[in-house]
Amino acid sequence: MSHASAMVDDAAGSAPVSPQALADALAATGYLADDGLATVAWLAVTMRRPLFLEGEPGTGKTALAEALAQAGDAELIRLQCYEGIDAAQALYDWDFPRQILHLRAVEATRGDRQALDTDEVEGSLYSERFLLARPILQALRTPRAVLLVDEIDRADDEFEAFLLEVLSTGSVTIPELGTVTPASPPLIVLTSNRTREVHDALKRRCLYHWVEHPSLAREVEIIRRRLPRAPTLLAQQVARAVHGMREAGSPSAVMPAALLKPPGVAESLDWVRCLLELGSRELDVETAARTLGAVCKYREDTDRVRDALDRLLAA
Amino acid sequence: MTDPETLLAGFALAVRSAGVPVTADRTHSFIDAAARVGLGDAEGVYWAGRATLLGDHDHVVAYDRVFRAWFGGESPTRRAPAARAAAPPGGLGEDAAGGTVQVQDAVTVRAAASAVDVLRHRDIAALTPVERAMLGELFARLRPRAPLRRARRLRPATRGRLDPRRTLREELRQGGEPAGLRYRRRARRPRRVVLLLDVSGSMSSYADELLRLAHVWVRRLPGTEVFTVGTRLTRVTRALRALDAEQALRGAGEQVPDWSGGTRLGEVLQAFLDRWGQRGTARGAVIVVCSDGWERGDPALLGEQMARLRRLAHRVIWLNPHRGKPGYAPVQAGIIASWPSIDQLVAGHSLAAFADLEEVVANA
Repeated sequence: MSHASAMVDDAAGSAPVSPQALADALAATGYLADDGLATVAWLAVTMRRPLFLEGEPGTGKTALAEALAQAGDAELIRLQCYEGIDAAQALYDWDFPRQILHLRAVEATRGDRQALDTDEVEGSLYSERFLLARPILQALRTPRAVLLVDEIDRADDEFEAFLLEVLSTGSVTIPELGTVTPASPPLIVLTSNRTREVHDALKRRCLYHWVEHPSLAREVEIIRRRLPRAPTLLAQQVARAVHGMREAGSPSAVMPAALLKPPGVAESLDWVRCLLELGSRELDVETAARTLGAVCKYREDTDRVRDALDRLLAA
Repeated sequence: MTDPETLLAGFALAVRSAGVPVTADRTHSFIDAAARVGLGDAEGVYWAGRATLLGDHDHVVAYDRVFRAWFGGESPTRRAPAARAAAPPGGLGEDAAGGTVQVQDAVTVRAAASAVDVLRHRDIAALTPVERAMLGELFARLRPRAPLRRARRLRPATRGRLDPRRTLREELRQGGEPAGLRYRRRARRPRRVVLLLDVSGSMSSYADELLRLAHVWVRRLPGTEVFTVGTRLTRVTRALRALDAEQALRGAGEQVPDWSGGTRLGEVLQAFLDRWGQRGTARGAVIVVCSDGWERGDPALLGEQMARLRRLAHRVIWLNPHRGKPGYAPVQAGIIASWPSIDQLVAGHSLAAFADLEEVVANA
């Protein structure tokens, strides 16, 4: 039964035959996925279901979409959500100024001989020529695409309703034109930082995965992959220190109080980049204190980490 | 030997019995996904089920339990996934003596660690039917209005900024002849209201009414969030969405594990801010803290967390049931520590006071 799944009917190209194959393809782009994430992402690709990723900021949700696009040799089309986003900014819009110009041109050229055929003029106004494709429509028209709907939790709940059609049927209906159904539907990845609960109707149409911070060993590996210039020692020290910060507040941790905003993988990478710019080969208390701004984004956090730096680095 | 579909469908049913809202289409996707990863691959089936049957990370604990019971053996996650990820960032603690914050399953965040954590479920059925009907009627008369904020979006209006698109569209309608000018201006949208209800022992005589109040607010103002605080943080918004007040209260009463327990406001507030507030629930919101301010924990921590709350929220309103009584002075340690971060202190001992609160919130 398991190998029946290897049959792949992806018109756009060859989909990976197993979760491991997908993990390998992702690793080749520099993204290291654990087994759970690889399995769920592979299911999303083979079942053609949207993938809904939730997790702490900085755990690599957006990076996964980028890696999936790169691994599948597809174009990444990104829709950043924000409060107040509506269909005209996400799906499609009509180019009003050009429609006006067109109308004027029709008027000017018809001469005085015949009356204007209203139906015909209207029809010509709402045609492909005047349609502005916003990210979602653009993704449907691109033969191979990964559509990233980033930070869906920032959009209003009404906006979720606009996504339901494209998530369940992979098509978009434009009242004036009809339904746009792509030959090969894009892979849709939605991310959420869980600042609010997304409606069940949307989640039901997706495969759901909670993305966690990577383990220590994996994080070292991620730093080494992303920044090959970084010495192994530096990568290990940074990963260990960042892990200490994330564990802050638990009884066995070296830091007694939890941080307001524990650093993510993005912060680890930033920190290593800073240290490389400064020419550090390893992390000592003094350079760490000077570069803390790359990891801690709150004054309270900076103070707490600075006080515990020697213990964090020694651990 | 049962056929695989029955086995998988049975598993989905068992997950649903464990309290996870599994719908038929989710079950269908699960069977499809499990077939694709292969039934021989336990880890694959585990992840297929997690991705298809669950829609919320809070359900992972229940899912893991059912998976173990159904398929035997360990769930393939190396470390307990829920305990780690559902924790407030970095704040995971196991021991009950250390005063640390720990996350339990579902929406109950344990901030306990008091020596005696009174775990009692609330019995709301104790009210006589007459009392119930009367209270329900009184509360039904409350009409909370949402505080408003300026939205980013522009709405058509009779004056304001010029709206080129609508002006052009009007022109188009007139066959290209210049028509009247159209305008637009910023719309107004409701601000979120967050109620934090103290359900500790000292507040027990008011907790019931506060929950009723919360129910009215949740029903009337969608988007309102309600948490109970005491020794634990519990999100009761979902239970309070029920149409019937009694059903809503019963649901909330069943969820709250620390009814009439102690008060560790500082820690619970920290748990709230870590898990919900900072991520958006408290941002720009009007926060109503309903408590008498008797704090058993460290008042300094409470002061610090209140300051943090104040920085995130639009307004912080403290509702104190004792405020409206003669001879009240804000001398409780918790109130003193929070004083600099409170925008307004209001009474909350009667229905009239609740009506006053509506005004204060609507104008916030």
